[in-house]
Amino acid sequence: MAIESDVLVIGGGLAGLTSALAAAQADIDVRLVTYKQSTLQQASGLVDVLGYRPNGDGPISNPFEAIPSLPVEHPYQTVGVDAVRTALSLFDEVTDYAGSHTDANALIPTHGGTIKPTARYPQSACAGIASDNRPMLLVGFDSITDFDAPLAADHLTSTGVPFDVRGVTIQFPGDLSADAKVTRYAKLLDTNGDVTVSETGGGGHRPARDALADRVKIYLDDETRVGFPAVLGDANAATVRATLGTSLGADVFEVPMGPPSLPGLRLEDQLFDALSDAGGFIESGNPVIDYTDDGSGTVEKVIVERNGAEIPMRAEQYILATGGLVGKGVESNREGVYEPIFGCHVAHDADRYEWFDEAVFGEHSFARFGVDTDTTLRPVDESGNIEFENLRAAGAVLGGYDYAAEKSASGVSIATGYTAGMNAATTVAQTNNVS
Amino acid sequence: MSDAESPNTDYEFEPTSPNTGSEFEPVDIFPDSTDFDLRPGADSCYKCSMCDTSCPVAEVDDDFPGPKFQGPEQWRLKRSDDEHEIDDSIMSCSNCMRCDDACPSGVPLSQMHNTARGEYVEKQMDKLSIEYIRNRILANYRTSARIASKMPRIATAVMNFGPARWVMEKTLGVTKEREFPAFATQTFRQWWAARGGVTVSRENAREARERRGEPVDADKKVAYFHGCYANFNTPEVAKALVRVYEYFGYELVVPEQRCSGTPMFANGMVGDARRHAEVTLSSMSDLIEEGYDAIASCTSCSMALRQEYPELFDIDGVDTVSRNTFESVEYLRIHENLRSEIQSADVDDAIEKEFAYHAPCHARNQGISRQAVELFGELDDVTIEDVGDSCSGISGTYGWKEEKYETSMEIGEEMFEHMEAVDATTGMTECPTCSSQMEHGTGYDIRHPIELLSVALIQ
Repeated sequence: MAIESDVLVIGGGLAGLTSALAAAQADIDVRLVTYKQSTLQQASGLVDVLGYRPNGDGPISNPFEAIPSLPVEHPYQTVGVDAVRTALSLFDEVTDYAGSHTDANALIPTHGGTIKPTARYPQSACAGIASDNRPMLLVGFDSITDFDAPLAADHLTSTGVPFDVRGVTIQFPGDLSADAKVTRYAKLLDTNGDVTVSETGGGGHRPARDALADRVKIYLDDETRVGFPAVLGDANAATVRATLGTSLGADVFEVPMGPPSLPGLRLEDQLFDALSDAGGFIESGNPVIDYTDDGSGTVEKVIVERNGAEIPMRAEQYILATGGLVGKGVESNREGVYEPIFGCHVAHDADRYEWFDEAVFGEHSFARFGVDTDTTLRPVDESGNIEFENLRAAGAVLGGYDYAAEKSASGVSIATGYTAGMNAATTVAQTNNVS
Repeated sequence: MSDAESPNTDYEFEPTSPNTGSEFEPVDIFPDSTDFDLRPGADSCYKCSMCDTSCPVAEVDDDFPGPKFQGPEQWRLKRSDDEHEIDDSIMSCSNCMRCDDACPSGVPLSQMHNTARGEYVEKQMDKLSIEYIRNRILANYRTSARIASKMPRIATAVMNFGPARWVMEKTLGVTKEREFPAFATQTFRQWWAARGGVTVSRENAREARERRGEPVDADKKVAYFHGCYANFNTPEVAKALVRVYEYFGYELVVPEQRCSGTPMFANGMVGDARRHAEVTLSSMSDLIEEGYDAIASCTSCSMALRQEYPELFDIDGVDTVSRNTFESVEYLRIHENLRSEIQSADVDDAIEKEFAYHAPCHARNQGISRQAVELFGELDDVTIEDVGDSCSGISGTYGWKEEKYETSMEIGEEMFEHMEAVDATTGMTECPTCSSQMEHGTGYDIRHPIELLSVALIQ
């Protein structure tokens, strides 16, 4: 026996979640298995589609216009620009993200003070948008060293933003430990819990939101929007921003941060809730390590490993959304580059010194490593033959694009995830109708 | 022979026995070390801090430095300095093991925490301190429960007698805020023996296989690790499990077993845990050799057998038992068509029909934190709602400590709120201590999934 479903998605990132959601919304019985908690925690929470051309030109103002001129092996070309739009509308439907009102990229300040072109962004980033000309105050906390507000403000100014921006670093009110976790700040603000000051500091306590707003007021000049590191609450983030905003008389926004990222966690929650509401099943905690086939190119079942025990899971259709080199969906050793679960072909030079460029920001071929597919996203071997008739791939496990340079990671994951999920669902529906 | 003496070179030695006569002894490079090598795990950490964001204690406790420090960072500090002492904050880790599930790089965080906590308790904690004595008593719940079960009604009354509890808090630091669980008047093992033990189970299983049209001599055998709680406090859970397994044609044995060790790991009493594990592993590994699979109804017990034992103990049979232990509902999901049985089942009024389900932290690493919701979501007339992914906050003995009680309730607050927000007024979980926290925070009655399964499939 085995744990059964119609579609089995392997991977809990943006690609896996989108493909599971697409299939579940088509009323197909879907199960998503993910080795660990979703990697969305490591994501900024911004959802980009295409920020730069593969040759580095950009920023691109309209990604949808640029997609048709991408190289033919690019995953966007495999699924087509219409699929990108449809997939994004699914994303818009299940999240509270902004940006769907226009095809143009939004320009969002990052915690390093650069400007990132992005197609969708969380509500918490709205008031920080760089095309807005209102003066901006950035507030950093001395204990959150990843965000140096004065430095970020100077960087923004030097990029030529159309507004005045100033940065200050303050101490978060109350005696928190120097290495308090982002979740500690978020929890205090979420619950408006008391922050306390020790006797040596004069003693006393105050609710966290009020204490923070009052401290920031001291530094606020004529700025009408105030940006904080992205720790302003978790479940009640909107309330936290609104409360702070009312006290300050300014719009409050978050500057997206590196991992571990609250905006990423909030996006993860929204997508998992949507999948659950659509009837999809989720299992996390253990890796898929192997598969069996029927000898004629059909995956029969996959094996989930748990402390040495092998748990079989069977489905009609499988979706591989295990990530790229960082996510361990593509692995390498001195001999070669490979896809570890199904052994799908990953094209690479036999000489490993050809995998990278001498220059740090040079043209690294490893950045484009991944599986190649047919037009329906089924991985193909070296000769272009389908590896398995019921296996599709989505997201960073795909080759042919450099998401870090192009700023296309989220868009490719959503578009290919959606397409793989719909293709799998359609095939299941056809099989069910026949039988 | 010392260097001062000159060698005797008067004659040639015999070519067949050229040496001084002692047997060759290989040099022991790591003398007497039985420690697990945690170096590869520490090296895998790239400090992304995902573990810290998953930690329910770091979210509310300003003095707790989080799993990344407790695990790989502290381990590295120890390598660089033999005198390095384990930081006493290790005792504030509740051993929820969520960090394991968070780490994208496979760092064995809970193994590091358990090892560090064991070392702290062994080498740095005063064995005459109230804290040590209190922790030892809490960790060895089985010992107290065995004594209490000899006179269950009196024990339940005494343990919840106000003045006695006030004294316990003042002298031992056991919070008086919580109510001790009632002891059953008949333990599960007493019931099992009185019912006829394995002989009756074998007959029931044969009859069931006949009824189900399965081969009568089919090899369906499981060894049940009931743990302390289902034995002494909630035998109804264990009995429901027996009914469900026999319904599916499984013959059960209830082997000799001790505490799974979960409360001992959490208190750094690794030696105690090892003694108990040796008994359990001895009987369980023999049964597995004979073709049995091990099942457990408590997710912390199954977690201990599956993950903590092989991570901490090098005992015969530890890997065999780990590979062949399953949570009770999970095992049926794998081996039976549980889903279609549930889809065609219904429930009568023997049990409440609306449940607020809380997934225990220890269910997460086993990949089963969603199975109850998934399964019962397809059961007619029953609604089950997941109350979210927050931790209940009790973590076994943690929430029983007077100085941890407030933290425990603060962590649990989110779960209580979610439980009260859904329609259900009955809770559901697999973990006995989560169950007592759920009851403590909301006053709800709490059931185990196997009890609902029993009602749905059998009555």
